[in-house]
Amino acid sequence: MSNARANILARLREVAPQADTAVPEPAAPPIEALSHADQVDRLKRLMEAMHAEVYLTDSGNWTAVLKDVLRQRSLNGLLYAPATPIGTTLSESWESDLPPLVGYDQVVEQSKERLFGIDAGITSTKGGLADVGALILWPTPHEPRLMSLAPAVHIAVLEAANIHDSLADAIAREHWQDKMPTNALLISGPSKTADIELVLTFGVHGPKELIVLILDD
Amino acid sequence: MANPVTVDFPRNFTKALNDGQLRRNLRAAMDTLGLRRRNLFSDPEAFEQLRARGDAIRRRALSKLPQLLEQLERKCTENGIQVHWAETPDEANRICLEIMQRHNATRVIKGKSMVSEEMHLNHFLEERGIEALETDLGEYIIQLDHETPSHIIVPAIHKNRDQIARLFHEKIPNTPYTEVVEELNAIARKILREKFFAGEVGVSGVNFAVAETGTLCLVENEGNGRMCTTAPPVHIAVMGLEKVVERLEDVPPLLRLLTGSATGQLITTYFNMISSPRKPDEKDGPKEVHLVLLDNGRTQIWADPELRQTLKCIRCGTCLNHCPVYTRLGGHAYGYVYPGPIGSILTPQLEGLENAGAMATASTFCGACEEVCPVKIPIVDILRRLRIEAYNKVDSPHAVKGHGYKVNAMESLTWKGWALSNATPWVNALNAKLLGLLGPQLPRLPAPDIVKKWTQSRTLPKFASKSLHVLAKEKGLSDE
Repeated sequence: MSNARANILARLREVAPQADTAVPEPAAPPIEALSHADQVDRLKRLMEAMHAEVYLTDSGNWTAVLKDVLRQRSLNGLLYAPATPIGTTLSESWESDLPPLVGYDQVVEQSKERLFGIDAGITSTKGGLADVGALILWPTPHEPRLMSLAPAVHIAVLEAANIHDSLADAIAREHWQDKMPTNALLISGPSKTADIELVLTFGVHGPKELIVLILDD
Repeated sequence: MANPVTVDFPRNFTKALNDGQLRRNLRAAMDTLGLRRRNLFSDPEAFEQLRARGDAIRRRALSKLPQLLEQLERKCTENGIQVHWAETPDEANRICLEIMQRHNATRVIKGKSMVSEEMHLNHFLEERGIEALETDLGEYIIQLDHETPSHIIVPAIHKNRDQIARLFHEKIPNTPYTEVVEELNAIARKILREKFFAGEVGVSGVNFAVAETGTLCLVENEGNGRMCTTAPPVHIAVMGLEKVVERLEDVPPLLRLLTGSATGQLITTYFNMISSPRKPDEKDGPKEVHLVLLDNGRTQIWADPELRQTLKCIRCGTCLNHCPVYTRLGGHAYGYVYPGPIGSILTPQLEGLENAGAMATASTFCGACEEVCPVKIPIVDILRRLRIEAYNKVDSPHAVKGHGYKVNAMESLTWKGWALSNATPWVNALNAKLLGLLGPQLPRLPAPDIVKKWTQSRTLPKFASKSLHVLAKEKGLSDE
């Protein structure tokens, strides 16, 4: 290839350092420390404002809430991750009147039709952000990326203990800079657009519905 | 290298100003976007603090640009992302083409990216038999109509729903005419999901690239950006080399400034952080991720301390939304990829003053752009600098490309005369007297072309028979 890299860096290095170009950095504004209840309330309220459907439940009851949600809809299946804790719970307690559980257990090249054809997918989350109302997802080998994207309904399970006040707070507390995954995501609602006359419409490419189960024990 | 674009600004501006539909579409949209931003940043003190931080973070990143680019390259490479450098758009296009050809790709799906517009990537690929489909709804709409984006954030904002309804009806086979936005949305969803399924290479832009971790950050609402960077086996990200930031902790304040300024959102639906291709045990995601770093004149801009501030831009588009000129013209009249105030300072520097210098005159100097800019770019100072350099040959290695293209003996002489008149009291007094005597006769004289053009949309001033100095003297005020 060309010498683009060397030429670009040489041009940048040619210029004498300009000490005056950087300015003092104001400290981060103090993060409003929220109580646990406030974190949950705020996240729920903000995500609902963005058209997510949010249910408060606990680790003993969440599958019952989920089953209710699923029975209200007519879905052709639920994509899930068999080798995760929530996957195990689901497969142990599944009932025959519910949409069949479909495991994401093959690479995408072998399962693309299934991924794009199934109505719903369920994933766990790494945490939440209270100040903006968003979920943190770090997809894993067991729980791949397309699970939260290809199906029209995305169901996310969030443990309330993992809600942070803000993104800055989450990065600082968990030292994200030491261990960024292949893909990290913040999700605040179902897919949306306002490209036509700024009219907000949901479900343009990704999930049309986002259902969040907050487990607060 | 592509030939410089020739743009007929006077014709474009007249056409835009006479298009009532366009002006109504823009007015409504820009007012809404401005209002949403004001609602989100409703606490002025907190907002000023956040802006100061955004400014400082961007300045720090630019002050260390060479080191950060090398660190970004090193981190990305360690993570398995392949990094490419391009000095020109043509070179960047060829890098993308070569990757696509290596994978025998003919169907490419694209997320929104201004840099790819700067490269005219779609056109380049189409000429070589590769279909590059825009998947952002706004971009998809304008691609159907063979148009370019007219706004950095809402690319199809110049069109209203009837125009889009007609476009879908005419261009997409078997599509009934509907003005219902949800239905238009559903039509696009159906078509684009098939494309996501079949896409062989995904192309995206980059909002921030984090040197510390080798992470590419993408901000979006629709999910098409995630689709393009997740579903196909290959992902190519293109970015201007100024998009690098130093640390991961720099991202949250910039993200807040970007989404708040652009659309008045606390956060977008998706914030996507990509740090590597698919790892051996992972089931999806692209097997190859490429990052193309484009210079295209940015190193030249960077070399000058004042012009460098142009590169702080985080492409939020809020200067467009608040610009009285943009709101009346829309983006297409500017004729280049980046419209509005930021386009008017960036484009002449990228394309040369002789080609795009006129953009710097499409401003009222009202300063609204600077007042709203989330990273405090001194847009007005830079506009003024571009106007001055257009008229003056500058003996400096940092002079803007094409400086002095307007140097003109007649104009120089006129302004020299003007300066002399204002610096020499007796000449000034004489001038005032002459204009008072002869001024009323001026409209009856045959006007030179330049005056005729000027008076087409302006009223020629009336000269008073007595100057202010004379009137003051008559009132017994001291005239010093």
